[in-house]
Amino acid sequence: MKQIKLVLETGEEYLGESVGFDIDSMFSLGELVFNTSMTGYQEILSDPSYCDQIVVMTYPLIGNYGVNKDDFESLSPVLKGMVVRECAEEGSNWRNEYSLRELLKRFKVPAIAGIDTRELTKKIRDRGVMKAVLVPVDYPLHNIQLVLSRSMGTDQIARVSTKNPIHFPGEGKRIVMMDFGYKKNILRSLLKRDCDVVVVPWNATVDMIESYRPQGILLSNGPGNPKDITEVLPVIRSLQKTYPMFSICMGHQLFALANGADTEKMKFGNRGGNHPVKDLKLDKVFMTSQNHGYAVTEKSVATSDLEITQININDKSIEGLKHKTLPAFSVQYHPEACPGPEDTNWLFDDFLKAIRN
Amino acid sequence: MGKNPQIKKVLVIGSGPIVIGQAAEFDYSGTQAVKSLIEEGIEVVLVNSNPATIMTDKETAHKVYIEPLTTEFLLKIIHKEKPDGLLPTLGGQTALNLAVKLEEEGHLKRLGVQLLGCKIDTIQKAEDRKLFKDLMREIGEPVPDSRIVTNIDESLEFANKIGYPLIVRPAFTLGGTGGGIALSEKELIHITNSGIAASPIGQCLIERSIAGFKEVEYEVIRDRRDNCIIVCNMENIDPVGVHTGDSIVVAPSQTLSDKEYQLLRSSALKIIRALKIEGGCNVQYAMDPHSFQYYVIEVNPRVSRSSALASKATGYPIAKIAAKIAIGMTLDEIINPVTKKTFACFEPALDYVIFKIPRFPFDKFVTANRRLGTQMKATGEVMAIGRNLEESLLKAVRSLEVGLYHLELPSLKGKSIAEITEKILKQDDERLFAVAEGLRQGMTAESINELTKIDFFFLRKIQNIIKTEKLLLEKGKTPETIRQAKRQGFSDIYLSKLFQEPESDFYQWRKKHGIMPVFKMVDTCAGEFESTTPYYYSTFESQDEVLESTKQKVIVLGSGPIRIGQGIEFDYATVHAIDAIRSMGYEAIVINNNPETVSTDFNISDRLYFEPLTVEDVFNVVEREKPIGVIVQFGGQTAINLAEPLSKRGVKILGTSVDDIDRAENRKRFEELLRGLDIAQPLGCTVTSVDEAVEKSAHLGFPVIVRPSYVLGGRAMEIVYNEDELLDYMKRAVQINPEHPVLIDRYMIGREMEVDAICDGETVFIPGIMEHIEKAGVHSGDSIAVYPPQTVSKDILDRLSATTLTITKALNIKGLVNLQFVIYQGDVFVIEVNPRASRTVPFLSKVTGVQMAKVATKALLGESLIKQGLFHGTLEPKDDIAVKVPVFSFAKLSDVEIALGPEMKSTGEVMGKDKVFEKALHKAFVAAGMIIPDSGTILATINDLDKEEALKLFKRFYSVGFDFVATAGTAKLLRDEGIQVKTVDKIGQSENDILKEIKSGRISLIINTISKSKNVESDGFKMRRCAVERGLLCLTSLDTTEALLKTIERSTYTMEPLA
Repeated sequence: MKQIKLVLETGEEYLGESVGFDIDSMFSLGELVFNTSMTGYQEILSDPSYCDQIVVMTYPLIGNYGVNKDDFESLSPVLKGMVVRECAEEGSNWRNEYSLRELLKRFKVPAIAGIDTRELTKKIRDRGVMKAVLVPVDYPLHNIQLVLSRSMGTDQIARVSTKNPIHFPGEGKRIVMMDFGYKKNILRSLLKRDCDVVVVPWNATVDMIESYRPQGILLSNGPGNPKDITEVLPVIRSLQKTYPMFSICMGHQLFALANGADTEKMKFGNRGGNHPVKDLKLDKVFMTSQNHGYAVTEKSVATSDLEITQININDKSIEGLKHKTLPAFSVQYHPEACPGPEDTNWLFDDFLKAIRN
Repeated sequence: MGKNPQIKKVLVIGSGPIVIGQAAEFDYSGTQAVKSLIEEGIEVVLVNSNPATIMTDKETAHKVYIEPLTTEFLLKIIHKEKPDGLLPTLGGQTALNLAVKLEEEGHLKRLGVQLLGCKIDTIQKAEDRKLFKDLMREIGEPVPDSRIVTNIDESLEFANKIGYPLIVRPAFTLGGTGGGIALSEKELIHITNSGIAASPIGQCLIERSIAGFKEVEYEVIRDRRDNCIIVCNMENIDPVGVHTGDSIVVAPSQTLSDKEYQLLRSSALKIIRALKIEGGCNVQYAMDPHSFQYYVIEVNPRVSRSSALASKATGYPIAKIAAKIAIGMTLDEIINPVTKKTFACFEPALDYVIFKIPRFPFDKFVTANRRLGTQMKATGEVMAIGRNLEESLLKAVRSLEVGLYHLELPSLKGKSIAEITEKILKQDDERLFAVAEGLRQGMTAESINELTKIDFFFLRKIQNIIKTEKLLLEKGKTPETIRQAKRQGFSDIYLSKLFQEPESDFYQWRKKHGIMPVFKMVDTCAGEFESTTPYYYSTFESQDEVLESTKQKVIVLGSGPIRIGQGIEFDYATVHAIDAIRSMGYEAIVINNNPETVSTDFNISDRLYFEPLTVEDVFNVVEREKPIGVIVQFGGQTAINLAEPLSKRGVKILGTSVDDIDRAENRKRFEELLRGLDIAQPLGCTVTSVDEAVEKSAHLGFPVIVRPSYVLGGRAMEIVYNEDELLDYMKRAVQINPEHPVLIDRYMIGREMEVDAICDGETVFIPGIMEHIEKAGVHSGDSIAVYPPQTVSKDILDRLSATTLTITKALNIKGLVNLQFVIYQGDVFVIEVNPRASRTVPFLSKVTGVQMAKVATKALLGESLIKQGLFHGTLEPKDDIAVKVPVFSFAKLSDVEIALGPEMKSTGEVMGKDKVFEKALHKAFVAAGMIIPDSGTILATINDLDKEEALKLFKRFYSVGFDFVATAGTAKLLRDEGIQVKTVDKIGQSENDILKEIKSGRISLIINTISKSKNVESDGFKMRRCAVERGLLCLTSLDTTEALLKTIERSTYTMEPLA
């Protein structure tokens, strides 16, 4: 059993067992966030939106059902680390291919176990997200401080987005998905509905996108701050005039910015599978899967071209927007689920309906 | 928005007496629901027949009726109260069935009462097997191949098509009564027969067995706007095949991936929407461990035992929310009572592991068939919370109070692999221990999975515990090994035994090394939102979360799982004690581990610690909270037993002192006490060897009552009539040695009386004296109790009072005390004194209006009885007469003797109250579920000793219109008196034997007194079982028989020709 340390920006240290990639003499710096999902660690690990983050799982037993071939949300995990109370040695499930520990090693994700994750979660809740670093036990203190003083960078989307367009053929409508770090299940949700999907890089031009003769545009989820890529805003403004548009998570925030609303960093974000969202028109609440650290500010919507369609009933934050005149709408959460509840996958049907109209 | 303005007054139906399959969980849900409705300004009328509940406290609702739960009595209440709505979804199957009946008979429509919580066709769709199957097909949810049958031929036809194994599920029954798994045609015929008999509509579902699949449950809530949430999902460690009430359960599910979790979640939402339930609902699934294939097993369109467990497991109060939804509120407008910041419309996130183990009555029913199947057998359950599965498992094991403090069963030690395998295959209540022993002795997880289908995940967790055991043996006691063991929930008792040192020394060592638990909060949201829920569990982590408080605190110990002899009455007393502590300005802290109860609702106390009730676990809380003291007298024998060891650790016991408790419970010291006071008790002695027992018994004179010392509920207590029987008892029932003495008393056949008293150290107040219908020899918990006494002279009552006052003072009682007496040949003898709250506290509190547990709590905290407006002496009874009748669960437990004796057997009780004794008695009998015939045929077999007394009763039965069927001896007796009787043969003597007669359906009542001759008894046993399995009333005591006769005589006419 090898021990490593998790050191917070505040200087607090947590000693635990290394259960993932062996960091040896290196370090792994990330923004420390927590996720309250009780299942779905494989999807969380492989969600590109966690780029440059270290994720604390609040559920204490992680890895119980192992890792399977089907539940990856991207080709390889990009997060900076995982913090758990207990990490199973082996998984038990009929689809289990190998253990979570093995996955962490294969994809070079450092992870620490044996931590009072509830204590850590409450710290993040009370003080907000902060930087943290995973280091070997004997890593010099001075170096840790140096590492923690580094800034996190602003190029997460560029790093996780596809470099070249990819085509997934289908019989139905042609959708172009602007990839800010998309989860595979968004793609699967479209393909399941017979769509023909072209995934384009985050910085694709209007011309390039139009060259695919899209019938609808989807702005995907992705990591980081939407204001890091303001260059895509004019592209969005231009596309929404011509094509029905559906935006998810990062896509939602970019859609808001493009239409005159504003975004801000949240104290500790919403990450988990139990967030109640009310659709104002349906007057009904849905459980949603969420993973975001930024949110659209409510005040800014009033002066924008958008209107609020959905709100979070707990913190009243904005969960859904639509354009006042154009067939374009967005949600802050993940209607594609994976992990989390499937209550809102009808949004994909709404999108296709908008295209047909 | 908001509630339905038409609903201003609501009638809530409770669940009646505690029986297997329907226990304290409905007191919890009902009480919560009533409070929740009152919060919304609704006027609430409540009806329940069970006096031992918090919900039937006068203060719980605007009006409380303790009346039989039958349509007849409900209609009277509806006419009188004119409620706008009827809420039947919080009182278990009993309430739901009553609602169906009222609706089907057209009463609700006629009286303008709206059914709340669910529509009648919802209940039918969920409960009628065929309608349910059709609905599932319609919405595309898979159900196993099945067929509804009403006779054997249909079931065989289906079996020929599908093959075996098959599951038989009778429609509309409690806890699967009468059902089972059939592996062969013979079994199928047998089970179908009993299933059809058990079902009130004579219908069974025969279904393809999916035994071995994972069993998973989802607790769902829906409101009228169609908002739906999952409160919790739970996974049974025991795969499909064992009734979920008898299964070991963890929450949340552990072995489902998110795909599987969401697959079932989406299905559960679809089902509750299709059923249009407004409130809580429970969906049970079978999940193939090798594919995504799942089946819907069952839906309960109401709150259930599982929802109580889910509420305690998550902190989300399902019943409270369901009640608000029933009156039209929606999830997004109800505040989450835990965070008080968020709304009820969310799904709890757990950051701990919940482990539930059922508590079985097999310690009392030693002859019972212990194999677990589709018929529920557990009387209660325990729940434990930990940050890992090993920890919560071991905490749950020691919460069970079966004398085990580790996952280790002494009787399995040294058994061969073959024997252990056999034990595992028995699939009984001890399987978990057998699995552990198998792994300990080197069986592989693969082989155990093969035998049991228990998931590898759970088997590996058990292996982890065993690995740690081995590590401890190898490396000994080091801070590292002990820290690991404690993290995994190992108890100090186990560890100190291993290292052969006193538990207290081990504790000191551990404390010195800083290996101490912290307490974490249950907050529904895994720490995401700030929360102030005063609901804690211990674990070995780094951060403690107990909120500091400067108030003075008092700890009350609860009574643990519901079992025979220690039921819901003690939870009632605990809750009252909590109220009283709070009313005196202290902070009330409760420690308990029973998820079904009101006391473990975190809203009841200032702080709830969900912990095992062992010295170690209780002391952890004491150290953390530093209370002014601990109250042990309300938690039954569980809590009383902790008084001495806690006191040894320096904990202040509030109330009667440890020494005085011992003076009452220690046989020798108690005898000395009574001798000093010149008070008579049946002659008795304590013996420590078989020889001594024989000698002393002869001296006392047979018959004698024998029992081991220090037990509750008359466990292993028997009346023996001669030396042979005594020797047999010594060999069979007890382990006798100087450390485990056996008590022998002369058995005095007389009237038994029971007195509860309260003392503040000065004044002794007696709220009431109760008379038992059955003579001494029937356990007091199984006797019919009457208040006030009906047949006892004023002089005797005065002597009972005087003796009670003397003993209570002499024992320096502070708080409650219970005394039992026998009146023998005009003299008063003391049988026993219990220095604690007794089973009769709620009954007596309700009939006298004295809230005994509250008064006692205040008294022991220093508020004198005089100051509380009471006095030294006995309260005069009012006009009403109240009768407490015990209720049994014999139909659920095959091979259990139903005849009454000194061993307690009842699981619950009901109360009947009226102005006239016979009416009160009649009500109580009806409430207990007896169908009282007013004429018909009585099957009588009477022991020679009882014949004279029986004959008098038979004459009276005859004169009100009964005739008889009897075996030769009894028949002759009757015929000689000119009473109509048909003679039948003894079992096996011919085709027309007694059993055939019972099965014929012509018998309306059986009267059978027990013979002491063993071979005759085996026939009697068969006969009684045959009767109980057919729902026939079978009386084994002539005292009970006479009581029943009185009610019949009162309500019927005499049929006599002109003389």
